[in-house]
Amino acid sequence: MEKTVSFHLNGKLTEILIDPNLTLLWVLRNHFGLTGTKYGCGIGFCGSCTVLIDEEPVRSCTLALSEIEGKSVVTIEGLAKDGKLHPVQKAFVDHDALQCGFCTPGMIMNATGLLLKNPSPTTQEIKAGMEDNLCRCGAHMRIIDAVHTAAKEMKGGK
Amino acid sequence: MKIRKTKPEKLIPTTDGSGMKRRSFVRLLGGGLFVFFNSWTFPDLFGGTPEQGRSLPKDYNAFLRIAEDGTVTCYTGKIEMGQGIITSLAQMMADELNVQFEKVKMVLGDTDLCPWDQGTWGSLSTRSFGPNMRAAAAEARGVLFSLASDKLGVPVTQLEVKEGIITDTKNTSNSVSYAELTKGQKIEKYLDVKPAVEDFTKFTYVGKSYNHADAILKVTGEAKYTGDLKLPGMVFARILRPPSHGAKLKSVDYSAAEKITGIKVIRDGDLIAVLHEDRERADQAIVKIEAEYSFNEMPVNDKTIFEWMLKADSGSNEIRSGGNLETGIKLSEKIIESEFLDPYLAHTAIETHSALAHLDGDKMTVWASTQSPFGLQEAIAGELGFKLEKVRVITPFVGGGFGGKGAAQQGIEAARLAKLAGKPVMLIWTRDEEFFYDTFHPAGVIKIKSGMDKNGAIKLWDYAIYYGGTRGSETIYDVPNVKATHYRQNRNAPAVHPFGTGAWRAPNANSNTFAREVQIDIMAAEAGIDPLEFRLKNLKDEKMIACLKAVADKFGYVAGKIPGGRGIGIACGTDAGTWVAHMAEVKVDKSTGNVEVVRIVCAQDMGLCVNPEGATIQMEGCITMGLGYTFTEELLFEGGNIKNRSFDSYEIPHFSSLPKIETLILDRKDQAPQGGGEPAIIAVGAVIDNAIFDATGARLYRMPMTPERVLEALKKV
Ligand code: FES
Ligand code: FES
Repeated sequence: MEKTVSFHLNGKLTEILIDPNLTLLWVLRNHFGLTGTKYGCGIGFCGSCTVLIDEEPVRSCTLALSEIEGKSVVTIEGLAKDGKLHPVQKAFVDHDALQCGFCTPGMIMNATGLLLKNPSPTTQEIKAGMEDNLCRCGAHMRIIDAVHTAAKEMKGGK
Repeated sequence: MKIRKTKPEKLIPTTDGSGMKRRSFVRLLGGGLFVFFNSWTFPDLFGGTPEQGRSLPKDYNAFLRIAEDGTVTCYTGKIEMGQGIITSLAQMMADELNVQFEKVKMVLGDTDLCPWDQGTWGSLSTRSFGPNMRAAAAEARGVLFSLASDKLGVPVTQLEVKEGIITDTKNTSNSVSYAELTKGQKIEKYLDVKPAVEDFTKFTYVGKSYNHADAILKVTGEAKYTGDLKLPGMVFARILRPPSHGAKLKSVDYSAAEKITGIKVIRDGDLIAVLHEDRERADQAIVKIEAEYSFNEMPVNDKTIFEWMLKADSGSNEIRSGGNLETGIKLSEKIIESEFLDPYLAHTAIETHSALAHLDGDKMTVWASTQSPFGLQEAIAGELGFKLEKVRVITPFVGGGFGGKGAAQQGIEAARLAKLAGKPVMLIWTRDEEFFYDTFHPAGVIKIKSGMDKNGAIKLWDYAIYYGGTRGSETIYDVPNVKATHYRQNRNAPAVHPFGTGAWRAPNANSNTFAREVQIDIMAAEAGIDPLEFRLKNLKDEKMIACLKAVADKFGYVAGKIPGGRGIGIACGTDAGTWVAHMAEVKVDKSTGNVEVVRIVCAQDMGLCVNPEGATIQMEGCITMGLGYTFTEELLFEGGNIKNRSFDSYEIPHFSSLPKIETLILDRKDQAPQGGGEPAIIAVGAVIDNAIFDATGARLYRMPMTPERVLEALKKV
């Protein structure tokens, strides 16, 4: 039942011989050592496992590996380029938009996906787009500010 | 670019290269003035075996170590779970020792390296550990001065220190760095008279804002939490769980689970687990186990719990009394009796309880998401029959705690399994397990009978808590006739709480502040007095008064009687040595019962604020989290069966819950720093309740204030 699944992982073409029914979350964490993608619930309710698949934010805990064949997966580890933080990461640092930091990778990936689709979101649109990513520490207000800042930064960079 | 050379930089090489200095250093050593030890073993550091060391050590060396490059490593048994002590304790250490902030490194929550600690809760890190750490740093500074005095040949009084360099004030080229004095070793010299800690006014870093020191690690995914660790040969465990609290295993068949390739089933009494190097295989195997249970459920659920508590055979004790209740009744023109209800709450840190255990020879090492590494160490040692020094608990970053990670269960489970399996075992609880085994914020009932005279002066305060806990139950108002009673578990009677309860973010202070501040509001409304004025009139506590005035000012409050239709609420209280006052504005949709919080403003007096930015974040976090217990959070259960065990049935605050939050920290540089991770949550329930009343005239006595309950209350208006 093992099969070769090939996909782009953080920009690199990757092949893995594996049971394609395994979920992306645990394969990323356990087989690729990419532990920035977090387990928070395993059933799609918290968003801490969010990664980008072909630029769309997706919950990796409910996604079978077979579904990413030929696609491009970006995790939190693949966001910074050449040691330079991605604007969303930088904005999270500048706004101190985190406390325990456990929801942070999922928040950043979801926000990045949001900004790829909507480069200048309103506060309402940010709230709606981030709604189902949960943060227990209550960093929400700063996350919204960080997304605004990142939006400006990303447009400036283009 | 011009590089400005600071004096110390220039001076280090001079001292170092002078030849004489180094030699005299050696001579000093030989002369027996002080002795360095290379080893940093437990007895060496803590002056005894770990069994004897269950208190904060006296030896300042336990708190800090100065490396050869001048880096100061600061050791604390506290842990970092987002509250920011990795930053604020480093600020305090840098100032007290007088070294650069950037040179301070923190080692947290490692039982082999750090001084004993009772656990990270109760907002104690700054107010309780802080002074001890500062005292240690002050003594170290004193010792370093005396060493420098010998080395530089001038009296201590002629020395000054800046950024870790001690300089002769009469000859600034005569100086020596901390690093040169200690050479990275333990300093075996102590002061008979312990020096005073530095005056806060002399501080450079304390009082300034710093972003989370660990932010870069956390935004890049580099930060390691327990579940992110991996050891060679490590397997993931899933444990067979009972369907409800109190259920007993009768029979079990795990043959189907064993058929999965690579699965190993382990049984040790009631502990039955499956192990696999792939977490998901363990997930698949655990559901294949067939088990039968017998049930002996308590006949109570989330609806009947309050009646259950009131009827229970309780123990009771008087926690406060003053004056005479009869006198209070006589003096009162109006007497108001109310009953407030609060449900069980879950912690739901986004990181579930996790532990990685590894038995190497006869030493068990456990990495765990815990708020109490030393408590866990003790529990594991007890469970396994190990000596304390044969158990080491290491605490990586913790993904939120809120009082919910103080128990030792997952660490014990992982350690037992690692011992049985002979391999490192990683246990990451599922969200379902997290809800089931949470040590819930206790449900409770609070009854208040209060009275006031015709001028609105409170004369009577008869307060009774049933099972909710006493934290935050102070009357705070100036009332002559007071009694407070706590009805709690009677040791000889059956358990009243159907499952484990424990701390939460300012646990009982939320319940008690809710009850008191709503009652006060009811009285203000009855008296026909503006609720801010009513509070000020009945308060003597200067700090509370200052907070109320500050919050009203920031809010732009205009006095008015309630209910005034404006939807403005006020509430205040104290917790962890800190004073808070809140104002909120809400809009209530009378047809649906939906409440929209437009704005919350909070003023806080926390004494000297070590890191204003960090404290502000904590206040925002508290207010946001407080909206959860106010509006949505409530554990549903039937007997020992927890019914809501996922984020869709137990709803915590989302982005859309977010009002405009404004915070204000009173400037109290002259006072000792107090707790900041919890206080701002305590009055959120009350301030919203009072705002709903002002908006509609409807009064709620029960949290959470769901739309149904709001509609229910509206019917009574
Ligand atoms: S872990 Fe995937 S949504 Fe919670
Ligand atoms: S920062 Fe802790 S859960 Fe969001």
